[in-house]
Amino acid sequence: MLSKRIIACLDVREGKLAKSVKFINTRDIGDPVEKAAEYYDDGLDELVFYDITASSDKRDIMLDVVESVAEKIFIPFSVGGGIRTVADANRLLWAGAEKINVNSAAVLRPELIAECARAIGSQNVVLSMDILKVETNRDFPSGYEVVINGGRTPTGIDAQSWALRGEELGAGELVVNSIDADGTKAGYEINLTRMIAETVAIPIIASGGAGKPEHLYEVLTEGKADAALVASMLHFGEYTVSGLKRWLHDQGIKVRLNY
Amino acid sequence: MKTAARVAIVDYDAGNLGSVRRACHEVGIECVITSEPEEILAADKVIFPGVGSAESAVDTLHQRGLFQALLDFYATGKPFLGICLGSQILLEHTEEGDKDCLGIVPGCCERFDYVDRQFKVPHIGWNEIEIQRPHPMLKNVEDGDEFYFVHSYFNRPKEAHVIAMTEYGHRFCSVIARDNLFATQFHLEKSGKKGLAILDAFRDWDGTESC
Repeated sequence: MLSKRIIACLDVREGKLAKSVKFINTRDIGDPVEKAAEYYDDGLDELVFYDITASSDKRDIMLDVVESVAEKIFIPFSVGGGIRTVADANRLLWAGAEKINVNSAAVLRPELIAECARAIGSQNVVLSMDILKVETNRDFPSGYEVVINGGRTPTGIDAQSWALRGEELGAGELVVNSIDADGTKAGYEINLTRMIAETVAIPIIASGGAGKPEHLYEVLTEGKADAALVASMLHFGEYTVSGLKRWLHDQGIKVRLNY
Repeated sequence: MKTAARVAIVDYDAGNLGSVRRACHEVGIECVITSEPEEILAADKVIFPGVGSAESAVDTLHQRGLFQALLDFYATGKPFLGICLGSQILLEHTEEGDKDCLGIVPGCCERFDYVDRQFKVPHIGWNEIEIQRPHPMLKNVEDGDEFYFVHSYFNRPKEAHVIAMTEYGHRFCSVIARDNLFATQFHLEKSGKKGLAILDAFRDWDGTESC
């Protein structure tokens, strides 16, 4: 039986690990390669690195991080932030990433998803969606809007229709990131996650809002997510990967315990 | 003193072979990535990895003269390891693009066809193997250990060649073996320490099925 995945999200700014609250303030909390190795040893299922500076002159730093991680960590990991072309995606794959995450650039030019899927395979293309709750109306029948640029820019696109479009264009997985919940530690946006999970036939990774183990349980059951993204719960040493997985296992969630 | 075996990783534009090379390096297997049929035939061991579409992969194998080279290498009796797409192409036929494959193992490769959203396609994530019979390549892992899968098609070989099964909506064959050939549907290069444990066994494997 397939296990639910615990994925650690590492926001990398100029080679350092950063943690954001609602995508606005960031602070450094250590070396991403060391953190990744620590989580790997403790049974993490997968890693995501977001390059949150993502300006072109800093790109080489991220490639260094990817190369160092790939040398010692033998679980899948994806990289996102500033991927605008197939060439960008290929550079990260060659450096050792397993998958790439596209977000704002795909909203601005949806063909990017199809181009990446053709070039590197759908299974390696993850579409990350930053989503804000809005009033349900004709423009937003689902009551959720896609936002870009770290949550700062509204797009006028309905979240549910964008998820479907992303799947059609060839995304292999979706990250559903609630900007409302991000950094609050008050729990994932369950309604949003479940709605998207019931809309598409590809795996869903829930993101934003994890603060305690119960939140993971909720989103993996009620929220119908296939994987849960966690960040600050782990980064500040409050919880461990193995501790979280053991707890979820005890609640009857299938997770990978032998590693 | 024993000289290190020459291990060739087959390059046929099917995904990032760097991760396979790095995992090999981690367990002390020195390897070359090559698309030269001669180099493959001269190798002591071959790793046939792959991600992506079987259709274009089979075409590329033909274009580069690798299709025949792989058949010839299998015939030498030397250790041969297939991974993911590499395992699917070992069968006679795949539904993906309706392609004839190497046919080293009798059987075919079929698509997961679930209308039920409970089973999403691709099958992505960590899943268990149920070992059906012992094999020297599995000496370092146990029944119920989990490995990382990413695939939309699954292998259905003749039963005699099934080494392990995995459950995803229905049970499918996740590990195949025939003589000097051993192949996994999962990515052992991305399956943490359990995956490395299988690669570790490959380093020592003589290509026979006796445990």
